[in-house]
Amino acid sequence: MKYKSVFDIIGPVMIGPSSSHTAGAARIGRLARTLYGREPKWANISLYGSFAKTYKGHGTDVAIVGGILDFDTYDERIIQAIDIANEHGMKIRFIEEDALTDHPNTARIQIGDDKGELELVGISIGGGKVEITELNGFELKLSGHHPAILVVHNDRFGAIASVSNILAKYEINIGHMDVSRKEIGKMALMTIEVDHNIGDHILHEIEQLPIVLKVTKIVD
Amino acid sequence: MFRNVAELVELAISQNKKISELMIEQEMNVTGRTKEEIFSQMDHNLKIMEEAVERGLKGVKSHSGLTGGDAVLLQQYIEKGNFLSGETILDAVSKAVATNEVNAAMGTICATPTAGSAGVVPGTLFAVQKKLNPTREQMVSFLFTAGAFGFVVANNASISGAAGGCQAEVGSASGMAAAAIVEMAGGTPEQCADAMAITLKNMLGLVCDPVAGLVEVPCVKRNAMGAANAMVAADMALAGITSRIPCDEVIDAMFKIGQSMPTALKETAQGGLAATPTGRELEAKIFGIPLNRRESKS
Repeated sequence: MKYKSVFDIIGPVMIGPSSSHTAGAARIGRLARTLYGREPKWANISLYGSFAKTYKGHGTDVAIVGGILDFDTYDERIIQAIDIANEHGMKIRFIEEDALTDHPNTARIQIGDDKGELELVGISIGGGKVEITELNGFELKLSGHHPAILVVHNDRFGAIASVSNILAKYEINIGHMDVSRKEIGKMALMTIEVDHNIGDHILHEIEQLPIVLKVTKIVD
Repeated sequence: MFRNVAELVELAISQNKKISELMIEQEMNVTGRTKEEIFSQMDHNLKIMEEAVERGLKGVKSHSGLTGGDAVLLQQYIEKGNFLSGETILDAVSKAVATNEVNAAMGTICATPTAGSAGVVPGTLFAVQKKLNPTREQMVSFLFTAGAFGFVVANNASISGAAGGCQAEVGSASGMAAAAIVEMAGGTPEQCADAMAITLKNMLGLVCDPVAGLVEVPCVKRNAMGAANAMVAADMALAGITSRIPCDEVIDAMFKIGQSMPTALKETAQGGLAATPTGRELEAKIFGIPLNRRESKS
């Protein structure tokens, strides 16, 4: 079931005018920001399908930028988000794509600064609900509705066991998990949705595993 | 856990519970939160809806200038007392319009189930409030009942205009509202399902064709008619009229119609009212772009 909570239906509380094109767009932007961990210096935002055709009318552009600025769906600053980003010195580029995507409301967001970049693809599936379908080239499925940890690791035996052993040690229950890789034996991405927010010391312990390259988290 | 309307109705009858209670119980099971936390969040959403209606009834104008002020016109008309349909129905319509006018003006609203269809549920709720004098708790319960039916639609069909057309948005909202009105008025769980089915049947095939891609024309007036549709269907169900096609099958039909609907009619501003000469003219005026820029390439 895609929708799990009654508040997916009666909600979110949001700035208009569109739950998919405004609130959903803001949530995709905000997930990019959360995973990136800081305010980027630049953002390239590619819009597909219905997003590309109607983004100006729906405020999809200000909403995504608002999300990148870490604004929630009901934050009235969303309306001025592009101006605020400009004041912060953020360079923003919008690209209207013609390519057909699996879902009509698709956005690809690349953000970065001198220290690093992040690229993700998000879809807005209706009523403000979103899914991240791609992160730095890895396919995944992430709703952002639960706390989650994302572990970039070497694609070798024992990786899943060593990470899940640490979670088990701290009595953390895994609600959903998937593993994705681009090529056999190279890098892989573990996406683990959990029931409760995870402390930084646990993330640090996972990061110390020889097989692990990077750990990020999404808090509820 | 209920997956469809039949299961929801069956659970309500066998456990002798209201649909709103079943929705709250499921939310507790899924999220692990307490009844009080869940109830208080919904109470907050109700407050947002009240504020939006209040703001809309004072009169708002969208940035494009396409919508705003109609909720006020209708309230003034009701006050004169010469209306032809009925006071409750017109009150529902004006409050649905008020909410969507606030939404179009980038104001704060609560999506039910989407922003483009956010007017129907609160519009009907605040109109029947005058008639039925519910407690605050019953008003919050109305939203859980509406949510339960929307939950089924979202998981078995779609609540996205881009995926399923307006029938998936205003159609779903109207069905949800009709079911919730019936429960508040003391109807049975079966009557709730019949009200939803009757409403949705009359919204099947409704396309999503917003002028200039804005959630304004025809969205605001579709919420108006969605509210009217929900009120009439609720009355029909309470009168004992049943739907010959079961609610779950109507939802499935809506989903399949949405899949076979052309992309031009699913929130792309390429067909329907968006592609009329006046629709194109308004679009050009708002965005200052050549008239044919948004024409379909295929």
